[in-house]
Amino acid sequence: MSGRERQARTDLGRIEAEHVSIRLGYGAEAFEAVQDVSFAIEPGELVCLIGPSGCGKSTLLGALAGHIATSAGKLHVDGAPVAGPHPDRGIVFQHHTLFPWKSARDNVAFGPKMRGIGKVERRRQADEILELVGLADFAGRYPKQLSGGMQQRVEIARVLVNKPRLLLMDEPFGALDALTRIKMQELLLDIWTRVRTTVVFVTHDIDEALFLADRIIVMSPRPGRILEVIRVPFARPRATEIVATPEFGQLKRHCLELLHVRSDSAPLTRLSPLGFDTGQGG
Amino acid sequence: MSARRSLLDSIGATGTAIFLGAVGIAIFLSIWTIASHSLDSAVLLPPPLTVLQTYGGLIADGSLAQDVRASIVRVFGGFLIASSTAVPLALLLAYSRILRGLVMPLIALIRPIPPIAWIPLAILWMGLGDPPSYFITAIAAFFPIFLNAFAGGASLQDEHVNAARSLGATPFALLKTVMLPSALPMIVTGLRIGLGQAWMAVVTAELVAAQSGLGYMIQISRLNLETARVLVGMTVIGLLGAVMIGLIGVFERRVIVPWHYPR
Ligand SMILES: Nc1ncnc2c1ncn2[C@@H]1O[C@H](COP(=O)(O)OP(=O)(O)OP(=O)(O)O)[C@@H](O)[C@H]1O
Ligand SMILES: [Mg+2]
Repeated sequence: MSGRERQARTDLGRIEAEHVSIRLGYGAEAFEAVQDVSFAIEPGELVCLIGPSGCGKSTLLGALAGHIATSAGKLHVDGAPVAGPHPDRGIVFQHHTLFPWKSARDNVAFGPKMRGIGKVERRRQADEILELVGLADFAGRYPKQLSGGMQQRVEIARVLVNKPRLLLMDEPFGALDALTRIKMQELLLDIWTRVRTTVVFVTHDIDEALFLADRIIVMSPRPGRILEVIRVPFARPRATEIVATPEFGQLKRHCLELLHVRSDSAPLTRLSPLGFDTGQGG
Repeated sequence: MSARRSLLDSIGATGTAIFLGAVGIAIFLSIWTIASHSLDSAVLLPPPLTVLQTYGGLIADGSLAQDVRASIVRVFGGFLIASSTAVPLALLLAYSRILRGLVMPLIALIRPIPPIAWIPLAILWMGLGDPPSYFITAIAAFFPIFLNAFAGGASLQDEHVNAARSLGATPFALLKTVMLPSALPMIVTGLRIGLGQAWMAVVTAELVAAQSGLGYMIQISRLNLETARVLVGMTVIGLLGAVMIGLIGVFERRVIVPWHYPR
């Protein structure tokens, strides 16, 4: 992609959140899941969101996607308030949300289909994106016939085909084994350098956040507030070897301290102030 | 022992299934033959051979085909009425909390009433002939189809809905392209069970309320003490029912929900 093209695309995808609160539940059960959150994300930036389980990361991402309404504050994308879901703001979840009754190709072609694009053209677009995520040979398979990592790649393709301004990802690699996860992280960075779009990436995994992000937003336990925004200085393109550098270790220790975890104790995913820690680590 | 195993091995899984099935049926027919010879009464239990000869006669004079056709038309009539009402209603109820609250208690009250208990009302309202049989088969098929389609519609995952909406789906597109296909495997299960129920109910209805069909034929033959004909009627019902349900199963795997059975 040429510099000028990148320039044109990176004009879009700015997020501004000012004093955003989100209430969940009804009546007496209602509570504030996200409280007075303010941040700004530049077009084309890759920002990771970390915080203890139940602190409202998914809720905040759902609000950006337009699935969940905010209860106070201002949540704008490119100057316009978020009102309902839109293909410009694509979201990828941890658990497979591919339509099992459609082939990989037709899953990816779903967005173009909703926009009224004809069968031949939308399949061509789907094949192009599947090629980008390295699944050209698996276009005709049903989700059940694909591995977990392949399914996640189809999910990403299904969102990218809409050329979104925002790519929202909710622990997209959380269910994958360690090796596949690293491959997927590299693939994501590779795609992101070619298709510059703003990425907001929720994760439990501090290593993952440090490897991927330009900046990391660290949230507090429920009700979710922003504890700190950390700039990640590593040059790109990044190689997995940065994990071994002293700076990496230092930043990681800092994150762990923010999350009230000493670096020599159990992994973050096991620790939850709300007690949701029974065996669902990872 | 080892010789027999090598025989089964040599004909493969399908061959084995057919072979064992045939042996099972042959054993059953031998027991039947022995029993009928020791009873020695064509009224209590005619031997299989007599039943086979009766088959020949009824096929030759065309009356068996007529009865089969009458019953099949009723089964599919009632089945069509049931599926075209039960599936949309079930999906609508799965979608709308208010409709669900209004209708579900009613369904819970009507469901335990067996189809046979509707026969008096059906005859009062519609007289003898075809209509009550359609009504009874429709009632019998309705509930399994409805309940399965409802479970299918209710099992729709929020994530699928959210994903589809984020990809630009309108509410109507959501119903058509997400809810219907995700409920389809359960709908087809309901259709299969519903067809079996309709097939059983048509015989019940014809025993009482019709003047043609396999149920009617069984009833008349019983009155005439023509037990061989009764057995012809019963075995035809068994055969056709098994074939129909088998065909739906094939249709399901090949055409309707092939993604559910990846190869
Ligand atoms: N629909 C809902 N109604 C009521 N409460 C909810 C709902 N969804 C989530 N919650 C609660 O809101 C809080 C925030 O949930 P959220 O899913 O955003 O947390 P999270 O940070 O994504 O956690 P995790 O890391 O475990 O995914 C949690 O305490 C959760 O139990
Ligand atoms: Mg979450």
